Amino acid sequence: MKKLGELLLTREPFSEIVMGNTALVRAMIEAGTRVVASYPGSPTPEIAAAIRSIPKEKRPFYFEFSTNEKVATELCYGAAVNGHLSTVFFKSVGLNVAADTFVQLGLMNIIGGMVVVLGDDPGVNSSQNEQDNRHYARLSYTPVLEPADPAEVYTFYKAAARLSQEKHMPVILRLTTHVCHAKQRVEFDRWSQEPPDNTPKFDPDNGPYIPIAKAVFPLKRRALQRLEEVRKWADESLLNRLTDNGNKSRGIITAGLPFLSLMESLREVCGEKPNILKLGVVHPIPKETIENFLADHQEVKILEELDDFLEKEIKSMAYDEGLDVRIIGKTDPEDWLEEYTPDKVYAVMQRTWPELLAPRSPDAKGKSEVSPRPAQLCPGCGHRSAFYAIKKALAETDITVADIGCHTLGFLPPYEMGQLLMCMGASPGMAAGLSLFNDSRRVVAFLGDSTFFHAGLPGIINSVFNRHNFTLILMENGTTAMTGHQPHAASGSNFNGPAEKIPVRQVLEGLGVRHIFEVDTYQQAKLTGMVKEAVETDGFSVVIARHPCMLKFMREQRKKPGYKSRQVDIDQEKCRRIQECIAEFGCPTFTQYPDGRIEVNPDLCIGDGSCIRTCPAEAIGIPHIAEEPVEG
Amino acid sequence: MEIFSIYLTGVGGQGIGLLSEVLLRAADHAGHQVKGVDTHGLAQRGGIVVSRIRFGKAVYSPLTGGRSADLGISLERHEALRSLQTAVKEGGTMIYYDAVWQPLGVRLGAGGCADEAIIEAEGKSREIRVIRVLNPAVKDPRMQNMALLGEIDRNNLLPEIETEHIKEAMTDLMEGEMLEKNLRLFSTGKP
Ligand SMILES: Cc1ncc(C[n+]2csc(CCOP(=O)(O)OP(=O)(O)O)c2C)c(N)n1
Repeated sequence: MKKLGELLLTREPFSEIVMGNTALVRAMIEAGTRVVASYPGSPTPEIAAAIRSIPKEKRPFYFEFSTNEKVATELCYGAAVNGHLSTVFFKSVGLNVAADTFVQLGLMNIIGGMVVVLGDDPGVNSSQNEQDNRHYARLSYTPVLEPADPAEVYTFYKAAARLSQEKHMPVILRLTTHVCHAKQRVEFDRWSQEPPDNTPKFDPDNGPYIPIAKAVFPLKRRALQRLEEVRKWADESLLNRLTDNGNKSRGIITAGLPFLSLMESLREVCGEKPNILKLGVVHPIPKETIENFLADHQEVKILEELDDFLEKEIKSMAYDEGLDVRIIGKTDPEDWLEEYTPDKVYAVMQRTWPELLAPRSPDAKGKSEVSPRPAQLCPGCGHRSAFYAIKKALAETDITVADIGCHTLGFLPPYEMGQLLMCMGASPGMAAGLSLFNDSRRVVAFLGDSTFFHAGLPGIINSVFNRHNFTLILMENGTTAMTGHQPHAASGSNFNGPAEKIPVRQVLEGLGVRHIFEVDTYQQAKLTGMVKEAVETDGFSVVIARHPCMLKFMREQRKKPGYKSRQVDIDQEKCRRIQECIAEFGCPTFTQYPDGRIEVNPDLCIGDGSCIRTCPAEAIGIPHIAEEPVEG
Repeated sequence: MEIFSIYLTGVGGQGIGLLSEVLLRAADHAGHQVKGVDTHGLAQRGGIVVSRIRFGKAVYSPLTGGRSADLGISLERHEALRSLQTAVKEGGTMIYYDAVWQPLGVRLGAGGCADEAIIEAEGKSREIRVIRVLNPAVKDPRMQNMALLGEIDRNNLLPEIETEHIKEAMTDLMEGEMLEKNLRLFSTGKP
């Protein structure tokens, strides 16, 4: 068996099949990165999983999950001005949280170098929007390198690290979901580990590091000047690649994953293929390279995912240079949406040059209908019991405010708990606003425990400080569940080992929250009663609805020797087919047969028993050890 | 063979990650250029998991387009039906393990339920060969992936990939008792 942790530390050159996220970690090791930090978010958590595969004492760099992206960025900045090459990584919207710090980085003299790895999510696979983070690069005078596949993730990171170390400026490595998660064989170099230099090199004379009032201007001048230097560097860089198909009239400028989709689409070209300029440096764009490409063609299509970032830059460049070339950018609002998959790119290119590619007719419908499969809470999930119980405590007219996490799924049927959603930690603030001039509709907000520490606290403090009137349900499951069970401040451990818990209840008490209720969510009747009481209480109240994440719990149980799987059964004599278990409680374990019989799916049931008290006919039995021992 | 595309689906928790990694590495051991990608989405929460694997000569993108897969593989019957409609090409093959993880709509009796006959008919209507696998001897749902892999190999559904390549791939990914158990089920169909 191949051991990832050992492979990543191989001294000699080697090649291996890896995900983009894993290739990145090898690149960090080879580049001599010393400090890495993150807050979990798709598509980046597997970067941390690859880091975890290396035993802590052998890890050539320090890694932590910080409380949020802003703190992670600040940590990496601090390490970098002390001389250490650092890297922060997080998902697309993480940059909004980190932004206040991030936008200053370009002004600073980052002597150790710092790479900011972003996991953008075109196609909204697992985010609340598909924001194009290249805009932040312009805002902050930061260069952006954009790889298309795992092999490029590896080489581009090393280039980004070197550039950052040379210019003492931050560099963004912009990944997208299917670049992070793509797998292929990648050739890795030798790793010659240099002995680490731990001298703290921070020196105010390398600054100024205090950007205030007029002191900002020299820093800004330097940032602009460095960006111009990078533009020249980009012109020389091997990261940009020209595919010359000998076409005198048509060219395409593209970058990142859309390039691969384009190559797939062009397999079907009738006639001459356009030439392709694939940019590896997407900010600042290489001036000469692009000017030459424009000058060599009569028509150039800018093929870019999400917004018209390159298009604006290239068109203004052509205007300044007075180039006589037709530049075709986005031509339809749909061009701004979704991931540029091979199908999407085919459609865009077909619309651009109709005779280049044959039109495709849309697929005919299938013969039979198949039910959609929305994501849902796992069997035994404490959030399910919570939503089931809380729904019973509320009136139709009450307003429920969701937040980000597994519990967001409460907005779906059958619970429909959560009518607005914004971003992490936004629920207390929104709920406070909804409670103003509002005596008739009670407001209930939900919040996860990782989010409590990440961005929830300011909204909670505000609710105490400004005496708002609503109920917050803190969905405490002990982990950052949605993104794969990363530890948080109340988990009892951090990435590197045991850490004292910061109990949420004590935090709330310390903040002066007067009305705190607390219950395990499997005690559904008690939770219903508490929520009824809490919403009737004047002022700000918090209900801590606690139950450990059962997916995590079951994974740990299954690994234990002698583990026996358990399940519940339905007593068919007692079952009156009320369907409370399916239609109201909604555990995916319950299966309905065409004759209306309801059975438990033994592949899914974990025997947690949270369903037992929901059955009005008392037809669900006590969990028992599954009859045929499951081989684990 | 220019390029061979596989579209693999299941429900979060069914172990499609391991199956997909074995296929990817088997293609590599057989000397093909190969690329793959998993789409997780909110899959861990009982949603659909999709994995794509493409191998052959010059593979650029791991992403397949709609109705272009040569081979559809599914670990669940509703997802088999969905793949037949959206991902497998005419003249291709669909192999599925007949596990049933009902989506919410089906549980609520709102229609869209799949069964063996519906899947068979769907395949016929688009000239897709359909192979159903169900092995009652396999009690552990997390072993269904290997039972299916065995049938994929016995039916010779992977062009220019030999049984040995699949075993090498499994040896890359597992060891000890776990490897033995999986190899036995893969080779003999018996747990
Ligand atoms: C700014 C930002 N960072 C990260 C994420 C990714 N993310 C989505 S859900 C989630 C987990 C929240 O954990 P918790 O609040 O404990 O809720 P749980 O999933 O455990 O129910 C995270 C980190 C995000 N959506 N936005």
